[in-house]
Amino acid sequence: MTETAHEPVTTLATPIRLDFDFTPGVAQSRFLKGLAKATFMGQRCSVCGKVYVPSRGSCPTDGVPTTDDVELPNTGVVTTYCVVNVPFAGQSIEIPYICAQILLDGANISFMGLLQEIPTDQIRMGMRVEAVWVDEAELTPSLSSVRYFRPTGEPDAEYDTYKEYL
Amino acid sequence: MSERCAVIGVGQTHHKAKRDDISIAGLVREAAKAALEDAELTWADIDAVVIGKAPDMFEGNMMPEIYLAPALGAVGKPMIRVHTAGSVGGSTSIVAAHLIRSGAHKRVLTVAYEKQSDSDAMWALSVPQPFAAPLLAGAGGYFAPHIRAYMRRSGAPDHIGRMVAVKDRQNAMRNPYAHLHLADISMEMVEESMMLWDPLRYLEACPSSDGAAAMVLAAEDSISGRYPPAWVHGMAMRSEPTMFAGRDQVNPQAGRDCAADVYAQAGVTDPRKDFDVAEVYVPFSWYEPMWLENLGFCDLGDGWKLTESGATAFDGDIPWNTSGGVLSSNPIGASGMLRFLEVAMQVRGQAGEHQVDGARLALGQAYGGGSQFFSMWVVGSEKP
Repeated sequence: MTETAHEPVTTLATPIRLDFDFTPGVAQSRFLKGLAKATFMGQRCSVCGKVYVPSRGSCPTDGVPTTDDVELPNTGVVTTYCVVNVPFAGQSIEIPYICAQILLDGANISFMGLLQEIPTDQIRMGMRVEAVWVDEAELTPSLSSVRYFRPTGEPDAEYDTYKEYL
Repeated sequence: MSERCAVIGVGQTHHKAKRDDISIAGLVREAAKAALEDAELTWADIDAVVIGKAPDMFEGNMMPEIYLAPALGAVGKPMIRVHTAGSVGGSTSIVAAHLIRSGAHKRVLTVAYEKQSDSDAMWALSVPQPFAAPLLAGAGGYFAPHIRAYMRRSGAPDHIGRMVAVKDRQNAMRNPYAHLHLADISMEMVEESMMLWDPLRYLEACPSSDGAAAMVLAAEDSISGRYPPAWVHGMAMRSEPTMFAGRDQVNPQAGRDCAADVYAQAGVTDPRKDFDVAEVYVPFSWYEPMWLENLGFCDLGDGWKLTESGATAFDGDIPWNTSGGVLSSNPIGASGMLRFLEVAMQVRGQAGEHQVDGARLALGQAYGGGSQFFSMWVVGSEKP
């Protein structure tokens, strides 16, 4: 055996893996089951009257259980957005992509959605959008049932109609 | 709270992209030793240790405070770990200060750190959640839409973010510990840097750093150190839910409430006039004008005008982030403590080339998570 010179090892990258079961709970299950039927299910707070989507089972402001289910439409407005152009480990969408805050019509809180069928430099705050669902056979209780959102072509919403959701 | 509390020693590492010469334990010990030397104390003089860092998932070390106890001389002493995401360095300092002000201890060592080169924060902040759309792209992806909302709401012109990006990097040139030393930084250089999260460019975002910060806090009858103490005049923490209908993410209520509390404690009525300097957590350039408004340094909608006027520059009437700020060094867990530490250095008169002449009263602020955690303190050269 001959002695070979090696650089001392100072750092070792060790990939790790974690498998877990996720229990969505009653309220979120209702939302997820809605997605499997290509619908957005929310809940209205009995105190403040605000509609939360996804349904959460309680109102974070009033601290009361929410039981009043509300089926929301497929359409909404882009309140704000950014264009993601940074690669990272585990990324599953080709960059650049538009990550939009979408306020469904009748909801009082926005959620993050992917916006497509529009060049990234033409997106606007206030743009009217609609959900594009996967084919019926592919629908699952998951947000992957929403392929993406796309512009409806309607006139933009007035700033005053969504500014309180920014 | 009856006991007075002061910062009597500060220490920090040279913040870098990769400190591969040292382990996490070595990193925290380096900052802690510097703080002890500044306080002219030894490990034996310390009664308790309070440590903070950003989520354990970043480096994949669960409850690292246990493994770090020997490196911090904490074996057999009370040790507390604090968790409040990016604001943790600030909250950690406050928890340590409470141990003094409550009379529980005389001298407390507080430390915060992050070794981003051992971790992948971008991944950790972008992990797909079960049944959710995999869209989130790091902290920038979270904050960029809120920055756009601020721009729309205030009518601020595009160049304001670039001005902050330049100003803080110019300040960093005065700070030997800062990670980024970009001697040739300019508006053009920022504008030509890559658009990462439109409207945010590469040079408008903070770097990823390895680094640690430490302070020794003491009660009034236990003051020591190379420099005069920095007295704590007020401290406060506030949080709010990440998601609720009607939440104002541009100007969060928790931040406004936290500022009102800490100003009342310190007798501050006009922050722009009363403070000589402020260190505020600005990880993305646009958070300077946003926090100027949130912290009441100007009227709503006027933050960008204050930045544009040069008021927050090193030679302005209220310099912000004389250390170079988070935009120049971002060891996440330590970033909040570096804000608190910088203002202590300022009122102790030990900030060297980034010293603001005659600084007597200063504000340190940190925020974290989805802008839902806030921590602030006011320190002064005179006893409260």
